Amino acid sequence: MSLILNHVNYIYGEDTELAVHALKDINLVIPDGQFIGLIGHTGSGKSTLVQHLNGLIRPTGGAIYYNGEDIHDKDYDKKKLRSKVGLVFQYPEHQLFEIDVFKDVCFGPKNLGLSQKETELRAYAALKQVGLADEYFYQSPFDLSGGQKRRVAIAGVLAMKPDILILDEPTAGLDPKGRDEILDQIAKLKEETGITVILVSHSMEDVAKYVERIIVMSRGSVLYDDTPREVFGHYKELEQVGLAAPQVTYIMQALAKKGMPVDTSATTIKEAEQEILRALAL
Amino acid sequence: MGIIKTDKLTFEYIRRDEEGNVEGITRAVDEVDLDIRQGDFIAILGHNGSGKSTLAKHINAILYPTEGSVWVDGMDTQDESHLWDIRQEAGMVFQNPDNQIIGQVVEEDVGFGPENMGVPTKEIWERVEESLKAVGMYEYRKYSPNKLSGGQKQRVSIAGVIAMHPKCIILDEPTAMLDPNGRKEVIRAVRALNDVEGITVVLITHYMEEIIHADMVFVMDQGHIAMEGTPREIFSRVEELQELRLDVPQVTLLAHELRKKGVNLPEGILTIEEFTEAVFAFTGRR
Repeated sequence: MSLILNHVNYIYGEDTELAVHALKDINLVIPDGQFIGLIGHTGSGKSTLVQHLNGLIRPTGGAIYYNGEDIHDKDYDKKKLRSKVGLVFQYPEHQLFEIDVFKDVCFGPKNLGLSQKETELRAYAALKQVGLADEYFYQSPFDLSGGQKRRVAIAGVLAMKPDILILDEPTAGLDPKGRDEILDQIAKLKEETGITVILVSHSMEDVAKYVERIIVMSRGSVLYDDTPREVFGHYKELEQVGLAAPQVTYIMQALAKKGMPVDTSATTIKEAEQEILRALAL
Repeated sequence: MGIIKTDKLTFEYIRRDEEGNVEGITRAVDEVDLDIRQGDFIAILGHNGSGKSTLAKHINAILYPTEGSVWVDGMDTQDESHLWDIRQEAGMVFQNPDNQIIGQVVEEDVGFGPENMGVPTKEIWERVEESLKAVGMYEYRKYSPNKLSGGQKQRVSIAGVIAMHPKCIILDEPTAMLDPNGRKEVIRAVRALNDVEGITVVLITHYMEEIIHADMVFVMDQGHIAMEGTPREIFSRVEELQELRLDVPQVTLLAHELRKKGVNLPEGILTIEEFTEAVFAFTGRR
């Protein structure tokens, strides 16, 4: 079970004067159960890439295989693919529409043709997975807070039981606690179900804290594809493409530069704390 | 009286059901007293739903208080005869740059505000030039806004506000949708407006590291001002901030955690330089 991108190219407005080469020869393997961060500056091709993963955009060159099958084959069941590769767009709460939270989450599984009982079971399980309290289930989604609405929207995708969950900036506009809550919940979900998670984010701190693999996009190409430690070790190169490392990486660099014998590869507060305590022999 | 002053500012939203009957009342802002001096850089923090944006919308008369008063440069916002003066003196920048840009070309967009104020054509162009230079976007004046990055668009939005020669500018989460570089560009531009042009800045944000240079920070909770002080004072109170659903910059948090483990660093460290100095001072003491 995996998603493979083989020499994927995408050109917006191909064969016109306004052609833009948005993805250039992308080769990626996304195996089961990974927590992946996808980062890149505005316009680097992240969103275009993500829309390829569930077949919303057809590559202008190359192919995408899901579990060994070409998703753009004539006979390929795209509807099924879209239930297996769930995509949560930016500000997904703008897509809520039903009269209550529970009905909204039922919409996806219902459209898969499942029985009412199965649909409701899935909706219930999904709302539990995102940590929404029962008291909100029969409220209008529009009466909820921003963070709660976003949970409902994510539950709507989870109710389709995807194998791969892609979240495009799931924490944009949330307060710090709200950011942590959503990401903790997603990490827990990943632990419990073994789902693959792809987190598109502009927060290097969040990416460093949660993911095991980072894919860095720049100008339509994959610039780095490695562990957070390795990727953020290239902080100077990241800055040149409009990104940065988490602040702790810069702290460790500053300490080392002043002569403190620390390993500079820490990317989270916890790692930095342990490393500094070690260097201070405490 | 400062450039922005509020006296027991209270705002209530009336919730209605589908038939329009009153279901209840939400007090979004609750007896807030502010007095902001001309030229200050003010930050407002607070969790989602704490009342920050509602408060901000009172400063340029988008909303009016249910009780209490707001004055901008001495003008009461409820006095309709001052409405356009207030909107010109207190400009507002919102979260999503795509909702704020209307021109087909950058310089046209920036000229929209002064044009509507009836500024003579020659002066409009002067203002467009100086505003775009102030945010570092002059070289993009002939571009179409949709060719720009998020940070660039947001700086064009800011230029559009400063072309109206405001005394103060209110930014409501201007960096929430931007990448790290875009965030840096916008914050740098905002700081320059404050330092160089002396424009009063009110910055609302969820990114703690953006406000370490503010003169004063207000933290809102349930419509009240729950904490106020300099960034150093505010960020020294890590646990209190966390209870209010906020956090502190990573460098501040790292120092705080190390302190708990017996590394005696001061609270309220705001920059990497301060942090390294404090660590070396600590090793020197041992």
